Amino acid sequence: MAILPSTRPSETSVAAAIPSTYGVETGVAGTDNASDGQGTLHSTLPHQAQPGAGPDPVFEVRNLTVRYGSHVAVRDVSTEIARNEVTAVIGPSGCGKSTFLRCFNRMNDLVEGCRVEGTIAYHGVNVYDPAVPPVEVRRRIGMVFQKPTPFPRSIHHNVAYGLRLAGVRQGIDDLVETALRRAALWDEVKDRLNASALSLSGGQQQRLCIARAIAVEPEVLLMDEPCSALDPIATARIESLLEELKGRFSIVIVTHNMQQAARVSGRTMFFTTETDEHADRHVGVLVEHDTTERIFSNPRDERTENYVTGRFG
Amino acid sequence: MSAVSGPPAASGVAGFPFDTRARTDLRLRTVATARRVRDRFATVALCAALVVAAVPLVAVVVVLVAKGARWLGWDFFTSDIPRVTGRVAGACEGVDAALREKYGLTCGTPRPAMGPAILGTLLSTGLAALIAIPVGVAAAVYLNEIGRSSRTARAVRFLSDVMTGIPSIVMGLFVYTVWVVRFGTAGPSAFAAALALACLMLPIVVRGTEEVLRLVPDELRHANVALGGRGVHGVLRVVLPCALPGITTAALLAVARAAGETAPVLFTIGMTYSFNAAPWGPNTTLAQQIFEGAKSGDPLANRLAWSAALTLVVVVFSLSAAARFIANRYSTRLGG
Ligand SMILES: Nc1ncnc2c1ncn2[C@@H]1O[C@H](COP(=O)(O)OP(=O)(O)OP(=O)(O)O)[C@@H](O)[C@H]1O
Ligand SMILES: [Mg+2]
Repeated sequence: MAILPSTRPSETSVAAAIPSTYGVETGVAGTDNASDGQGTLHSTLPHQAQPGAGPDPVFEVRNLTVRYGSHVAVRDVSTEIARNEVTAVIGPSGCGKSTFLRCFNRMNDLVEGCRVEGTIAYHGVNVYDPAVPPVEVRRRIGMVFQKPTPFPRSIHHNVAYGLRLAGVRQGIDDLVETALRRAALWDEVKDRLNASALSLSGGQQQRLCIARAIAVEPEVLLMDEPCSALDPIATARIESLLEELKGRFSIVIVTHNMQQAARVSGRTMFFTTETDEHADRHVGVLVEHDTTERIFSNPRDERTENYVTGRFG
Repeated sequence: MSAVSGPPAASGVAGFPFDTRARTDLRLRTVATARRVRDRFATVALCAALVVAAVPLVAVVVVLVAKGARWLGWDFFTSDIPRVTGRVAGACEGVDAALREKYGLTCGTPRPAMGPAILGTLLSTGLAALIAIPVGVAAAVYLNEIGRSSRTARAVRFLSDVMTGIPSIVMGLFVYTVWVVRFGTAGPSAFAAALALACLMLPIVVRGTEEVLRLVPDELRHANVALGGRGVHGVLRVVLPCALPGITTAALLAVARAAGETAPVLFTIGMTYSFNAAPWGPNTTLAQQIFEGAKSGDPLANRLAWSAALTLVVVVFSLSAAARFIANRYSTRLGG
């Protein structure tokens, strides 16, 4: 019996407190569907020629295709997500960035009509393996949404909620404080932990959501445009927060802000839309995944260059 | 400039968009006289309608207080209901003590009292709430959180809409047939009345709760799932607490409605004049006493009815006010 491996030893031993109630005995997933001929519309698969995400990626994505009904939103993505780094996902609106991000913690399961093909291996175990309960995936992979989503309860309750879900019974107050400190929110709220989370400003609410997500020590933090509802000062705070968090967490962040991607990320993925020959719909594809420096200074693909230099049509 | 100092020439209405002078001169009237008259007329008509609507409301309160308040007092709430009919009250004088005792006659002019009916109202409505609120909330959670647009959910939604439209006397007859008749003399009771009232409350609770649950944003449900919460857990720990004030409001409104109902109670509760705190055995409610007292020819019975009416209105009004209060607090809390 092997549980989803939690390879990073956790100082506060929250991970140890997470009940491991099931076993997974699948072999290493990832190559099973690799031979599906879904890439027929591709002339090239540029990302396959790229360097991988380092020696020890958290995620290995193989032939990931996501459909909403009959509409293919993301087609045949194969790539890796680097450990303990910030990976930015950029691309024009509607190219499937959010869709791609939601695959990692199986939030797409909640979307009616959404079908995911291919594999996403998390430390060697396919997130979509039938033997893996989605709940277990989401406890290890945290998510922060575009709009702050605090529960209309106290600040303390918001952070403690995830901990309680994870089965933590003791030392909750300390863990709440640790999480709020890491989220750079502690000093602002330490005197009013029992106040409603809705009494916070938008930027504070978003940091509260980050605190809530990191309190359970997930290995990965997914963020979908976490700053798009915030003013520049709140955005700057979150960016510096990301800087501090990236040593502890692997972060995937979707952003429309190119400067932000350049500032916070070590690696960048560029998605774009291609027009499907058969249907008159746009299909999202991964064009290029490389170090942020390379993407912004000397990308391999012309489309990437056009996008990052603002010449995207 | 001479044009600025003097009042505008009152030469009718300037055609605003095309009149070059009117475009720049604020003192020129550009609204047609006919329209101004119509506007004034509409305002007056609306005020008149408001007054007309307020008249019955005020009249009801004034008459209730005038006729009912005189008899209110400590005794009114704590004593048994005097047993009176026109014939007995008139014949009372010559009857000897033993017979009076036997038939429970009170001579002279007994003061009106409604204690047992107040207790019966609280008892039957409370029992009905205990039945209808948990079932209704659970059904609403199913409708909004689990069933959504499934066949079952749509059927349940349709049925509860139909149930809202069923006249309350039918609910009374229904419980009378399936419960009271079956158990014979043991049949009529506060519990039987509660069953009928619960039938009445159920659709109100279901649809009210569903509306409130729908107001809870999906983002919160997603946030719960992203933290590793299960659906059911999220409903209990996130959705319901968010919706609790709204659900309380819906429930209190249903309770207020049930407390004032007469028809479902008529066949199901029997009749008593003394306190009965048990859910079984004949009981009585304020609404039923109003009905009985008003149709009687006896002046004491009529007075009883008025006082009972005032008491009932106060009870129902308090419940509605509580619902209002909670609803207001709820909206300010969500607002910030
Ligand atoms: N729930 C859904 N049902 C059906 N189609 C959807 C759904 N969500 C997204 N799509 C479609 O999938 C495609 C990708 O959407 P997605 O939200 O992933 O784009 P995005 O890159 O995040 O865009 P943006 O930058 O505007 O957020 C779009 O064509 C969109 O219309
Ligand atoms: Mg998006």
